[in-house]
Amino acid sequence: MAAEIASRLEVAVVVLPVPRSPLHPAIRLWSGLWPKLGAVVIALAIWQLVVWSGWKPESALPGPWSVFSRLAADVRQPEFYMAIGTTLRRAAFGYAIAAAAGFAVAILIAQVRLLRRSVGSLLIGLQSMPSIVWFPIAILLLERSEGAITIVVIMGAAPAIAAGLLAGIDQVHPQLIRVGRAMGAHGFSLYRCVVLPAALPAFVVGLKQGWAFAWRSLMSAELLVVATNQTSIGQQLQSARNLPDTQQLLLLMIVIFVVGVVIDSLFGTLDRAIRKRWGLGGEA
Amino acid sequence: MSNLQALSDKHAVSVDRLTVAFPHGNALLFALDDASFEVQRGEFVCVVGASGSGKSTLLNVLAGLDRPSAGRAHVHGRVAVIFQEAGLLPWLTASGNVELALELRGIEARERRELAHDLLARVHLAGFEKRRPHELSGGMKQRVALARALAQDADVLLMDEPFAALDAISRDLLHEELERIWKESRLTVLFVTHNAREAVRLGDRVMVFTSRPGRVANEVRIDLPRPRSLDSPELAVIAGRITERLKHEMTNGR
Repeated sequence: MAAEIASRLEVAVVVLPVPRSPLHPAIRLWSGLWPKLGAVVIALAIWQLVVWSGWKPESALPGPWSVFSRLAADVRQPEFYMAIGTTLRRAAFGYAIAAAAGFAVAILIAQVRLLRRSVGSLLIGLQSMPSIVWFPIAILLLERSEGAITIVVIMGAAPAIAAGLLAGIDQVHPQLIRVGRAMGAHGFSLYRCVVLPAALPAFVVGLKQGWAFAWRSLMSAELLVVATNQTSIGQQLQSARNLPDTQQLLLLMIVIFVVGVVIDSLFGTLDRAIRKRWGLGGEA
Repeated sequence: MSNLQALSDKHAVSVDRLTVAFPHGNALLFALDDASFEVQRGEFVCVVGASGSGKSTLLNVLAGLDRPSAGRAHVHGRVAVIFQEAGLLPWLTASGNVELALELRGIEARERRELAHDLLARVHLAGFEKRRPHELSGGMKQRVALARALAQDADVLLMDEPFAALDAISRDLLHEELERIWKESRLTVLFVTHNAREAVRLGDRVMVFTSRPGRVANEVRIDLPRPRSLDSPELAVIAGRITERLKHEMTNGR
């Protein structure tokens, strides 16, 4: 091909852009993964160095090796999964209610001018309030029950979710609304076909932030309420502190960290997919 | 009643002493002042005016997006609008945008895809059904908008400087496309532009709007045979006269 072009153009050298052969999926995965793995290795190394420094005896501050071998043993125990299962179930339940409530509240505020002026400012206040402060009153009203924990999770996540969707609705380009109306959409169909899809990227940002709040609130609540005699991550953290069993403590912290990272990366994937589809570009 | 019926058989658009004013600080800003005209069924009418002549306001009122302050503006039949830009919903594919118009018109789900496919083929976009707006050129986007307007099964097509942001060649092609579709489908077109040549290229009739407030200052019937060429000397002469008139309106308006 280069020779053909060269003869046509009567020049000696033709430089053609060489298409880059697509990378093997494994190589692509590795190139995304190694910086993260590197960071983990560095964190573990620092941990190990602190242990080796002899600042605290090994019984008080175990090294990574002993914690991870304990983890390897624990993952074979059904109790390990029961604790994570209880906590994740609580998180999912509270978060689902928070998402539904946040959605409904945002739509109401967007629709009703009076509500915007009243509840709108309240929402900002609620968002900056640590949701764990709802716990004492929730315990008084509902006793040390699942309900009290759920309330704290909802109060943590719902304001952020509502604020995200509301911001999305407010930022819908007026031109898109005109386009929708010119196509004959109005009222509910305008919301379904134009406003909500246009607000979706901001809603996902709100959902992601809401999840972070929900997860934090749930950990605080589980640490405080041990009385429900269900095993959960928070309850295990408490009992590990009481024993004390620092191996178990550090192991649970790793579990909490991993759950957070995994769910956050799910939201990140969703966010990127939507931005790509919406043609918004850029990585969030 | 029968009088109105007879009127609507003949006219696709009737604008009668239309005035539109917007609050501007403490004063009122008149976008349109006492504008009156009519568009016959099947006619292609262009509106030229400098910016601030209320051309877009006129279309918005006719599309039901703005309210008249006084007077009447009426479209007899279904309306579709093509905007200058951002006319497509960015999260839907080309086909999805057309299908949404069909859905809002009440077409059943199983028929939509095929209809959208046919409509996109009519504007020479076969094979681009799955593309999203940000993957299409400016000219292609306006073709999709045209297909969507056809999907609305409109009697009257309102176009607000639809080709102003396009390069000369794309615009030329879209002029041909629009003219062909207008002839095939017996549409009535009200086409707003600030480009006198474009108006003379396309219109049966060109209305020159005064500046601030807008009103019909002059009307030119274009009797050149179709299809016309943007570069033909006859067209340039008429367009030149209209441009002179526009300049005159602008200097008087200040």
